[in-house]
Amino acid sequence: MNGTLLPLFVAIPLGAAFLVAFLGRYSRVLADTLGTVATLSLAVLAVLLRGVRGVYAIGGWPPPLGIVWSVDGLTVMMLIVVNVISFTATLFSAPYLARFTAKSKYYGLFLLMVAGMNGVVLTGDLFNLFVFLEIASIASYALVAFGCEHEELEASFKYLVLGSVGSTLILLAIALLYGATGFLTMANVSQALAGRGSSPLTVLAVVFFVVGFGIKAALVPFHPWLPDAHPSAPAPISAMLSGVLIKTLGIYTLARLAFNIFGVDGTFASVLMALGVLSMTVGVFLAVGQWDLKRLLAYHSISQMGYVVLGIGLGGWVLATGGSPAVGTLAMLGGVFHLANHAAFKSLLFLCSGAIEQATGTRQLKELGGLGERMPLTRATCTIASLSIAGVPPFNGFWSKLMIVLACFQAGRYGLAAVTLLVSFVTLVSFLKVMRYAFLGSLPERLREVREAPLLMSLSMVLLAVLCTGMGLLLVGGAREAFLEPAVNALRAGLELGRTVLATGG
Amino acid sequence: MVYILCFVLFLVGLYCVLTKKNIVKIVIGLGIMEYAVNLFLVLLGYRRGGGAPIREPGGDPLEFLATAVDPLPQALVLTSIVIGLGVTALAIALCVRLYEKYGTFDVTEIRRLKG
Repeated sequence: MNGTLLPLFVAIPLGAAFLVAFLGRYSRVLADTLGTVATLSLAVLAVLLRGVRGVYAIGGWPPPLGIVWSVDGLTVMMLIVVNVISFTATLFSAPYLARFTAKSKYYGLFLLMVAGMNGVVLTGDLFNLFVFLEIASIASYALVAFGCEHEELEASFKYLVLGSVGSTLILLAIALLYGATGFLTMANVSQALAGRGSSPLTVLAVVFFVVGFGIKAALVPFHPWLPDAHPSAPAPISAMLSGVLIKTLGIYTLARLAFNIFGVDGTFASVLMALGVLSMTVGVFLAVGQWDLKRLLAYHSISQMGYVVLGIGLGGWVLATGGSPAVGTLAMLGGVFHLANHAAFKSLLFLCSGAIEQATGTRQLKELGGLGERMPLTRATCTIASLSIAGVPPFNGFWSKLMIVLACFQAGRYGLAAVTLLVSFVTLVSFLKVMRYAFLGSLPERLREVREAPLLMSLSMVLLAVLCTGMGLLLVGGAREAFLEPAVNALRAGLELGRTVLATGG
Repeated sequence: MVYILCFVLFLVGLYCVLTKKNIVKIVIGLGIMEYAVNLFLVLLGYRRGGGAPIREPGGDPLEFLATAVDPLPQALVLTSIVIGLGVTALAIALCVRLYEKYGTFDVTEIRRLKG
C-alpha cells in the first residue's frame, strides 16, 4: 500500500458516478449494487491506507508548478470518516429510495459528492481545493432538491444562494493570496506568508476565508440555510450532509487554513472560539423548541459543530499564547475526536429519523408515539445515538466532550467550561423529548400497522450504533497513537508542515 | 484603482443578492459577483503592454519573461467560468421548478419553511 493509490479516492467515485448514471437506468438492482460496491471499496481503501504519509505530485510535476496531494494524519482520519459514513448511507439508500423514481441519478449525484469531499481532504493546492469544494457543493444542492416538492425546492434554492456566495468569497480570498504570494500550493503559500508577517491583504483574505468556510460549515451567524436544507433532503443525504459534508467543506478546511497556512495567532483563535461558543448555544436553544424531528436534529448539528470549533480554537489559543502544550493538545484532540464521533452519531440519528418517516409517513413528533414496541431495533439504535450526542458515558460523545471540558478547566477558561456543560445538559433534555414523544407513550390508532425497517436499513443503523458504542476505545493506547494523535500532530505542526511537504515533494 | 472597481462590481452583485425579491434577479446577482472575482483574477496576471504567454520556437526566453502575461490566472478563470455555468444552470432549473410549484418568482411569497 502506498501513495500511488491515492488518485483512486477520486477516480473510483467519479467513474462509478458516470457508470451508475449511464447503466443504472436499465436496472435498479444494478444501480444499488454499483453504488454500494463503490462506497464499500472506498471505505476499505481508506482503512488500508491509514499508515500512508507523504506527498503525491499529480502528473509528476513537483510543487509549485503542479498540483500536489499531501497526506498526513488529519487527512487519513477524515478519509476514513467520510468513506465509512458514505458506505452506511448507501446501504441505507437501497431500500429507502424505493419510492423515488430516479435512483440512478441519485447514486450519480451521491458519488459525485463523495468524490468532491475526498478531493477536498486530499488536496494540497488552493485552487484544486476550490474545484473539489464546488463539485461537492453543487451535487449537494441538487440532492437537497431531490424530492422536487415545495419545501425541498425552496430549501435547495436558499442553500444554493448562500453556498454560492460562500464559494465566491473563498475564490476571492484565494485570488488575494495568489496576488500576494504568487503561489497556489498551500505549502508554498504558507512559507511565503511566514516570511513577511501580517499585512492588511492577508487579514482581508483570512476574513473572506472565515466567512466563506463559516457558511459552508453553518457556524452561527452563517447558519440559516442548514435547518432548511438538511431536513429537506432524503434521510441518507441528510446523514451525509450533517455527518460529513459540513465537516469536510467547513471545519476541516478552516482548521487546515488556520493552522497550516496562516499559522494560528491569539486573535484568530479567539475568533474561532467565539464562533464555536455562539454556534453551540444558539444551535441548542433553537433545537430544543422544534417539533419536526429532522429539523431538531439539524439544529443540533450546528450546536455540535460549535463544540468541534471550540475545541480546535481553544487548542490554538493555548498554543499561541504560550500555555501548556499538553492542554492545547488535549483541547485539539477533543475537537478532532468530537468531529469523528459526531459523524457517527448524527448520521445514525438521521438514518433513524428516515426509518421512522418511512414507516409512519410523518416526522412531526406530536403525531408519533409508542413506536418502541413496533420498531424495537430503531428504538435501540436511536437510544444509543441520543445518549452519545448528549454525552452520557460510556458512549463516544461523552469522551470527546469530557476532553473539551477538561481542557477548558486546565486552560483557566471556567466560563467556557460552564457553557459547554450547560449546552450538553440542554442537548440531553431535547433528546429526552425525542424519546418521550417518538418511542414512549401510547401508540396512535393510525400507526397500529407500523413495521420495523427493512433489513439493509437496519443493518446500516446497527453498524453505526456499534461504532457509537465502540469509538471510546479509540482513546486507548495503540488506537489513539494510530488514529487521533497523528491528526492533531498534523495541525500542531503548523507552518512546519509546509516545509515537510516541500522537502518530500517532487 | 482598477482592483477597487472590481470590488465595487462585487458589492453590486452582493447588493443584488441581498435586496432583490425576484429569484431570477438573485441568480443574476450571483453571476455578477462571480464575474467580479473572475475579472480580478485575470487582472492579477495582466501587465501593461504584455503579450500572449506563448513562446515561439527560437524566441529569447528572457524577452519572453519580460513581456508575457501570467498564464495561470487565465487557466483558473476558465475553470471558474465552467463551475459558474454549472451553478447558474442548476439555479435556473430550480427557479423554473419553483415557478411551477408556487406560481411566482417572488421570494417573499416562497416561504413555507420557518422556525
